[in-house]
Amino acid sequence: MNAMTKSAAELRRAARNHILAPRLESPFHDRLMALSEVNDWYNWAGYKAPHALFDGELEYFAIRSTAALFDISPMVKYRIAGPDAERYLNRLTLRDVRKLGVNRVHYTAWCDDHGHVLDDGTLFRLGKNEFRLCCQERHLPWLLDSAFGFAVDIHEETEEIAGLALQGPTSYAVLRDAGFAGVEQLKPFHIGAFPHEDGDVTISRTGFTGDLGYELFVPRARALSLWDRVWRAGAPHTIRAIGYGALNQARIEAGFIVANTDFVTAEGALRADRVRMPDEIGLDWLVDPDKPNFNGRRAILDARRNQSLKHILVGLEIEGNIPAEHAIVYHRQKHEAGLVTAAIWSPTAKRNIAIASLERPYGSKFTEDLWVEIYAMRELKYQKLMKRAKIVPRPFVRLARRTASPPGLT
Amino acid sequence: MTSFDAIVIGAGHNGLAAATRLARGGRRVLVLEAANEPGGATRGREFAPGFRSAGLAHLVNRLDADVARDIGLDLAGADTLLPTTVLDGSGKAAVLHGAYGERIDGVSPGEADAFAALRRKLVFQAGILKRFLRRPPPQIGALSLGDLSTFAATGFGLIRKGRGEGRDFLRMLLMNVADVADEYLSDDRLKGLLAFDATLGIHLGPRSPTSLLGLYYRLTGEVAGKAGGQFVPAGGMARVAPAFLRAAEKAGVTLRCGTSVGRILADRGRASGVVLGDGTEIVAPVIVSAIHPQTTFLRLVDPAESGTGFVRSVKNVRSHGNVAKLDLALDRIPNFTGLPAEARGGRIVLVRSMEQVEEAFNPAKYGEFSSDPVMEVTLPSLADPSLAPSGGCTVSALVQYAPYRLKAGWESGKPAFLRIVLDTLERHAPGLGKSVVAASLMTPVDIETEYNLPGGHWHHGELQADQLLVNRPTGAASGYRTPIEGLYLASAGAHPGGGISGLPGWNAARHILSGASA
Repeated sequence: MNAMTKSAAELRRAARNHILAPRLESPFHDRLMALSEVNDWYNWAGYKAPHALFDGELEYFAIRSTAALFDISPMVKYRIAGPDAERYLNRLTLRDVRKLGVNRVHYTAWCDDHGHVLDDGTLFRLGKNEFRLCCQERHLPWLLDSAFGFAVDIHEETEEIAGLALQGPTSYAVLRDAGFAGVEQLKPFHIGAFPHEDGDVTISRTGFTGDLGYELFVPRARALSLWDRVWRAGAPHTIRAIGYGALNQARIEAGFIVANTDFVTAEGALRADRVRMPDEIGLDWLVDPDKPNFNGRRAILDARRNQSLKHILVGLEIEGNIPAEHAIVYHRQKHEAGLVTAAIWSPTAKRNIAIASLERPYGSKFTEDLWVEIYAMRELKYQKLMKRAKIVPRPFVRLARRTASPPGLT
Repeated sequence: MTSFDAIVIGAGHNGLAAATRLARGGRRVLVLEAANEPGGATRGREFAPGFRSAGLAHLVNRLDADVARDIGLDLAGADTLLPTTVLDGSGKAAVLHGAYGERIDGVSPGEADAFAALRRKLVFQAGILKRFLRRPPPQIGALSLGDLSTFAATGFGLIRKGRGEGRDFLRMLLMNVADVADEYLSDDRLKGLLAFDATLGIHLGPRSPTSLLGLYYRLTGEVAGKAGGQFVPAGGMARVAPAFLRAAEKAGVTLRCGTSVGRILADRGRASGVVLGDGTEIVAPVIVSAIHPQTTFLRLVDPAESGTGFVRSVKNVRSHGNVAKLDLALDRIPNFTGLPAEARGGRIVLVRSMEQVEEAFNPAKYGEFSSDPVMEVTLPSLADPSLAPSGGCTVSALVQYAPYRLKAGWESGKPAFLRIVLDTLERHAPGLGKSVVAASLMTPVDIETEYNLPGGHWHHGELQADQLLVNRPTGAASGYRTPIEGLYLASAGAHPGGGISGLPGWNAARHILSGASA
């Protein structure tokens, strides 16, 4: 074996090493690992993320009763900066970015030329010309191609920036006791920078739970010290680290949708009829026809004018207490009307709730006499339940403490 | 100030054809031209003291008769079809008379018969494709009654001569020209000619898949009702631009030269006017862009007004030229060995064989020019003595392959390529070198600069299967209308493509006048 073939073989082996550790580890991995009692992990965008850490139900009640700490580092994050950043984002996304003030966040979505939703996410305005876009899927090629003709710099910072969501009624108390002075000034969707070690932590009053809560972003190097600071301060407030299972319950109660769970993103869809326009997934309120041109504008407005929208997303309240996850929705118990994309028995609302995608005119014109067929597995036998479903507004759970200002302590 | 119903950007022949049709349809039309005179790529220039070139094109081979009649084009000479002479350096010429070799001299009777059979086949097949030339390409998802009738007529045309012909058409449609030529012919000169004609102005070699389309495209062109014919207008090619201009003026079109457009005004998907280079705003409900689609959407329209996907597809339009244009000033008429005197006014193609074309293409794939290029040559001053001082002569040659993106750069590449081209000409016309008074070689980069043609590509985008019909220049802008309401495309970059046909402009104007929304 000569030197050249040897080095080639080594290179090949080195290139294969990634299969030995196929999941990326978040900056908080060491802390999560230490807290994980049930070893229940799942794959979040290539990261090893906890589905549960000790008990899904207790984790859920941490969100609603005390304080829950959830690692959001795997969320895809882009830094978008430059003199044209506002104009660029205004063309890219559905809402009017000119109306988004500095140190403010808004929820938004973006579409392809055909008006099909590519993803939804939160847009943080960190400065006049500086933004952070957070979302579920990766979009760098789309973002870069969208930059043609704009003086804007786009940089993916998913791995560099660690994120923590601190949610729950005592979350403000935790931050206060952790020494983040002035955090009580933050109203919903406000952002502030607070000193941490030799740098800053960016804290926004945002979240995915419909509860009082905050999201904290720091460079990876300061991630663990931030966790420890919050964790120490949180102990008297019964802080708990939680996994996605608990968060998912809270987000369904809050009526939030998840890309590629409640709708298929346009770039991910393999089948032509799976793509969705904003109006078909309950995001019509994001579309601003009066602002300057944006991707998908014409297609969306054409679809509205021609009434060619095919689907609609609705909240359902279902009789009984069996979650109707992925159940088929029927009209008059016989005409198939759609599919439940997410469903739980809501511990807070004490109702059996669901998010469903219906095929119009079901859900738009025919809103009564809807049913879901639940297949409940009972000891290797499906028990088929035909349950009455009622269209109800989202969110299913509305908590005054989410928006209370100043925030409450309990 | 006068107000206009439509603004046409670019006074090339397509812009003028569009403007004339619109004006004849009752619209008040303003044409804005950046250069100091109209004509676009048919705009002449003095390339050496006393010697003029009539522009990029040196022959007319697809001027559409309906367009000419409809816009009142006054251009004589189409009744005299010019021959094509193939010179391979052996001194034995093959001369194609009439429309693309209705009669051939200089080949064996058997070969002449074989060529006639192939010609019949190709002209028949091109005739089927021709149905699509005079109307907007069918819009996928929104087929009109007209589209259906075109399809039906196409289908009928296909089977009219029996299933065998239909099958053969579908077999050949996407073949390469080399395999087709090999099926029918044995004479290297004829095969070389077909290879050259199929690939001229296209980044393909004769053995590249689909290269036959280039030949079909040529044969969809007609002169005096004959497919594949070619002519030079009485008085020379310099009469083309003035003829289009006269037609436009007669129709009442207002033309402003030396007026460059800086921006196309658009807001939320609706065009409303233009901003000139000097900042003046002119509004009109219809803007017709008869310039390159990439200039239109990447420079004149704010990218924010287009979708990301659309901008991406426009950027992806392949539009890098491969042809250099040579203008030579000579102090006497050159003598091409073997060229019959009566064929001097026609087209002379310098090619030995199909292999030569293929091998000339090979370096172009890697950003190098051909060291043994193929070319077509005309002697423009024979038809238009005003182009050269008395006793002198001009030579015009389209030389391929000369890639736009030359690896070594055209600054050093141009003198070297010119030497090769002149040496090639010298071999075919001994003594030509000594009679050269001046030589002007325009590489695709020069063509880009001189004629504002991105990539120096006279078709405004490769004329290949993926950029034709419903995909010309790109799907969302293929029917003359574009994603921006009120903005239309009318240049060679639109359907059907380049060459002096007038069709893209005329079709666009008719589409606008029809009031069709899609």
